[in-house]
Amino acid sequence: MAGGKTVKDEHSGEQHVGYDVYILAWVALLILTAVTVTVAGLHLGRLSVLTAVAIAGVKASVVLFFFMHLKYEKPLFRTMVYVTLGALVVFIGLTFTDILFR
Amino acid sequence: MSATTGLAIGHHRDYAGAKIGMWVFLFTELLLFGGMFLLYSVYRTTHAEDFHYAAQELDTLVGTMNTLILLTSSLTMVLAVATMHAAKRKTAIALLALTIALGLWFLVNKYFEWGAKFEHGIYPNSEFLLQHPKGEILFFGLYFSMTGLHGLHVIVGVILLTVTAFKTAKRPYEEVVFGGAGVAAIDGARVALLDPAGKPLWSSDPIDDSVDNVAVRLKYRPLPRRVRKEDYALLENAGLYWHLVDIIWIFLFPLFYLIT
Repeated sequence: MAGGKTVKDEHSGEQHVGYDVYILAWVALLILTAVTVTVAGLHLGRLSVLTAVAIAGVKASVVLFFFMHLKYEKPLFRTMVYVTLGALVVFIGLTFTDILFR
Repeated sequence: MSATTGLAIGHHRDYAGAKIGMWVFLFTELLLFGGMFLLYSVYRTTHAEDFHYAAQELDTLVGTMNTLILLTSSLTMVLAVATMHAAKRKTAIALLALTIALGLWFLVNKYFEWGAKFEHGIYPNSEFLLQHPKGEILFFGLYFSMTGLHGLHVIVGVILLTVTAFKTAKRPYEEVVFGGAGVAAIDGARVALLDPAGKPLWSSDPIDDSVDNVAVRLKYRPLPRRVRKEDYALLENAGLYWHLVDIIWIFLFPLFYLIT
């Protein structure tokens, strides 16, 4: 998707993203939905949870980086998102050190 | 007469601050749902078997359809923002209306889906459900609270987008105030607004002791080429909210409908 057209904003100097980038992102999301539904039908057992969450993570990233402009924002926004997600991972990780070894 | 040199006082709008504030709010939302996802993953680990059977009750087709609806609504939302930045106001509002319609379609599907569950006797604390294993009760408890909270967010999103559409439909005014004419200089006179021919369009009451400031406020409407994205912080922030609601559904969908 790196080839998507961007146009310099004449006022703020920030980049405007071409419509084609958004439509490609949407197509990617539809394909990933089809993949996750298909994989769920394969009954992979334990792996099915892992793949479903992984695909959901990729879809969420597409929405974050393209639809929510994270790719085009100042680094501050990305840092804030990573810190929040990091906090969430710590909460979940710490809880599971309790649940799994109880 | 130094005060009359046209000191323009514009509206102070903190575009970057508004956007950062919106993101911080979205983080609190993320942690709110994060807590529920944590609860889900713990109970799923401890009651794997029951979750497996309970999830089979859910209609994958409806879930998939709602996923496609929300993903498409995210596309129309982001296109609404992009077309507004390109000063295509009517297209932007049409795309916003489409986004709202897709949000309502999602809710209608949800209504029928929940309705079908209720008809089968599956609702929190129902007789039917209480006869089932603990894990299945937990699964449906989480299902109703998480998709319910998400549904509430969709309703809030639809209202927010409707307000945004109306505000976007109005052209934003820009305002310049030329202020602080020394009153002493025009004490005892009238202030008048003249047309190019010198004919008075409007004239004030006489300036006397009761007046302590004279200012001229110009209000004008920008043409499309003056449209700046800073003027549409509300539209962008409403879009960010809508995309977050989409992201939460992206996780809810596989965890409730697909993992059987």
